[in-house]
Amino acid sequence: MSGYTPELKELIRKVEATRPARVEKARKGEHFPALTLEQRQEWLRKYHPDYKNDGRRKVLVGPNRGAELPEEIAALLESKSRIDPLAIDLKRTDYEADLLVIGAGGAGTAAALAAQEAGLKVLVSTKLRHGDSNTVMAEGGIQGATQEGDSPYLHYLDVIGGGHFSNVPELVAALTNDAPLIIHWLEGLGMMFDKMPDGRMKVRHGGGTCRKRMHSSGDMTGAEIMRVVRDEARNRSGDIKILEFSPAVELILDEEGRAAGAVLYNLETKEYYVARARAVLIATGGFGRLHIQGFPTTNHYGATADGCVMAYRAGVRLQDMDSTQYHPTGAIFPEQNVGLLITEKVRGLGAQILNAEGEQFCFPLEPRDVESACIIRECLDIGKGVATPTGRSGVWLDSPMIDMLHGEGTVRKELPAKYIQFKRYDMDISKSPMLIYPTLHYQNGGILINEWAETGVKGLYSAGEVAGGVHGRNRLMGNSLLDVLVFGRRAGLRAAEYAKSNRPGVKLTLRHVEAFNREVEEAGIDGARTAPILLPDYSPDHVRARQVG
Amino acid sequence: MSEDKKPLKPLATGDRTIPPEGAKMIPIYIMGREYMVPETLTIMKAVEYAGYTYIRGCGCRGGICGACGTFYRFLGDYRLRSGLACQTVAGPNMVIMQLPFFPLNRPDYVLDEIKGNPHEELRRLYPEVFKCIGCGTCTRTCPMDIDVMDYIALMKRGDLKGAAHKSFDCVMCGLCASRCPAQITQFMAAMFVRRVYGKYILPRAGHLERRVSEVKGGKYEKALKGLAAMKQDEVKKLYVEREREPDLAEPGKWMPRDVTNL
Ligand SMILES: Cc1cc2nc3c(=O)[nH]c(=O)nc-3n(C[C@H](O)[C@H](O)[C@H](O)COP(=O)(O)OP(=O)(O)OC[C@H]3O[C@@H](n4cnc5c(N)ncnc54)[C@H](O)[C@@H]3O)c2cc1C
Ligand code: SF4
Ligand code: SF4
Ligand code: FES
Repeated sequence: MSGYTPELKELIRKVEATRPARVEKARKGEHFPALTLEQRQEWLRKYHPDYKNDGRRKVLVGPNRGAELPEEIAALLESKSRIDPLAIDLKRTDYEADLLVIGAGGAGTAAALAAQEAGLKVLVSTKLRHGDSNTVMAEGGIQGATQEGDSPYLHYLDVIGGGHFSNVPELVAALTNDAPLIIHWLEGLGMMFDKMPDGRMKVRHGGGTCRKRMHSSGDMTGAEIMRVVRDEARNRSGDIKILEFSPAVELILDEEGRAAGAVLYNLETKEYYVARARAVLIATGGFGRLHIQGFPTTNHYGATADGCVMAYRAGVRLQDMDSTQYHPTGAIFPEQNVGLLITEKVRGLGAQILNAEGEQFCFPLEPRDVESACIIRECLDIGKGVATPTGRSGVWLDSPMIDMLHGEGTVRKELPAKYIQFKRYDMDISKSPMLIYPTLHYQNGGILINEWAETGVKGLYSAGEVAGGVHGRNRLMGNSLLDVLVFGRRAGLRAAEYAKSNRPGVKLTLRHVEAFNREVEEAGIDGARTAPILLPDYSPDHVRARQVG
Repeated sequence: MSEDKKPLKPLATGDRTIPPEGAKMIPIYIMGREYMVPETLTIMKAVEYAGYTYIRGCGCRGGICGACGTFYRFLGDYRLRSGLACQTVAGPNMVIMQLPFFPLNRPDYVLDEIKGNPHEELRRLYPEVFKCIGCGTCTRTCPMDIDVMDYIALMKRGDLKGAAHKSFDCVMCGLCASRCPAQITQFMAAMFVRRVYGKYILPRAGHLERRVSEVKGGKYEKALKGLAAMKQDEVKKLYVEREREPDLAEPGKWMPRDVTNL
């Protein structure tokens, strides 16, 4: 417990004071009352960042003009280009390939492999290192109807019900149909799945599933997928060229308005390059690092919505960009663990959520969005949040209840990774509670695609978290790793057919960027920022104040 | 809002650190230059607090991507330590050097063609593995607490299953390789071994094989098309009526009452 400050230790005493009575009640099955459906709606409307109207406004330019979006996203879409389009010499091609993949996470790498198998030369532009992505961070697992008592039909129902029936049906059909193929493909690439001695896949339930179909590889499923597909891409380096630290900043079109490449930016030498290709795939992942309304995030460093920005300027519509998954329990203390995901399992095992007085204020297993709203309300409106030494506020997640309810040692056995992540900082979560607050987890919406990952622009494909529609306005755990691989591979295959059967464009152009910059000016958006932002800026005020040059 | 309680506005947003007044400041040395930073930050956040913006050396910020391997010493202490910058707390008088990149040896191979003897293939690809001198530096260096020397020993012995499992938690940060006197790229050899193990040694899933041929034969296409075309109310009804597989059901044994849509 020495990892806590004296102030926090003082507050923990309040939690300990109420604990015996709470455990006693929990043993009898008495719970804090859940909200009624009407209250849920009210709480969501007032406190959930997706519903709150302050912090949202109409976007003024581009294909979604007039749509209500969170301020951060609207401002991003109204930004000007980082480049002066006229200063780029499009006649000088620096890189040339059949397919240009933008973003080397799960979706991009799967696409590169599929396209290479179909005979294409692939160029991959990525922002950080190959695999520095959200894919590598996924812990829980990947869904697929592979067992006898299950089928893609039932998987379909789970996905669309979980998304409140707002998903695009054809995308759900493609997702669930291909799922067994993807799991099989990964097995053939040598992925170490959790298996029974006879080779049968071990499977578990996830939130909202009717069958056990969550496949895993320890608690680092995403990392195992990423390192396996990356290793395979490296084996094919003759055909798949990876450019690290060279993100794309604008798409390039040809005289017929088809995708024909991108302008890449070397983050280190600050040079811009022209990359020319017959087809282009946007697989740049999510937007957690926009920190919408100041929320921390579980996402990796490069999750800044670049792909949406570039596609938008090329005339592609986005959908559901106002729908974000906030995970109710992200760690906010110690500072090193900020944004760290605390799995739902902790509450499933009986840990309650408490305010600074050590009192319960909500049912701990409300749906994710409702639970988040309750916590935000308690901190910002009621004012009973707990302040951390670095100026964050949150509530307690009373993990020591787990051992009291299920027996000594349960926390260590059921939550080994979380136990270690706190133990490092001298906190024993089986003995003292954790401080949590909702954290920005997943971009539900994104680029509009069809079941072959095609966008509204010819030759332009999109797959993965950057694309929308697959999960509707709510995603179930385990369907995203699946999504990125299903649509990544489909994009690679379809791009291969397209690239082989279409003559490449002759003249390259960035006129759409010029036009977009003009539209921003004409809309009178003053002080328009530039985007894509590529990396978030975490320098503190005292440093910024001196960066005057 | 209740009258008597002052609402609490969070000060820090996103990942920027704003220390509260009176926070204790400590000196750290980033590549030798001194900076004062608030205590309790990770090395990564301390470096950002000092005013650096990462390009290299930062990825997931969550201890799994291996981008942020770091060596450090404390002033006056001879011991060379290592850790992940996003997971290690910066302490007073820490002298820090990140290792964002290290050249590695990674021969290409064709996984589908390694049928015969994987151990021989390992010897052909990574002969240096068999020259490990057992110094244990890699094990001492690994930020994931992996017994690297041991998995190398298992590889030498041909226990590929053991090596695959022992190396499983590797985040491929490269710190072990940077210190190896035998010039072994341990984590790349381990990557090869894990894939060979996953493909050839772990038994394959028979039920998956069968399901794949069903999918390829188009068995589910019609049913899925039907669902996609169905009115929302009907889909809702089907959704609500789903039968839930019991948590403790044995995989492969349990069957639902209604088997029409399998
Ligand atoms: C902590 C965490 C846990 C999760 N757990 C699960 C889980 O258990 N199961 C599940 O199914 N899903 C899970 N998810 C969600 C899932 O991991 C992601 O949604 C998915 O992996 C996204 O894959 P992607 O390929 O679309 O994007 P990413 O994997 O994020 O890859 C995008 C890549 O594009 C690069 N990029 C960005 N901008 C540019 C640019 N301008 N130019 C070039 N490259 C660029 C990025 O650097 C990155 O490498 C989790 C996510 C997180 C963050
Ligand atoms: S085995 Fe080597 S590469 Fe892997 S985590 Fe340990 S030190 Fe890093
Ligand atoms: S550092 Fe190199 S030589 Fe020393 S034990 Fe590890 S692998 Fe062997
Ligand atoms: S940034 Fe990924 S491990 Fe530290």
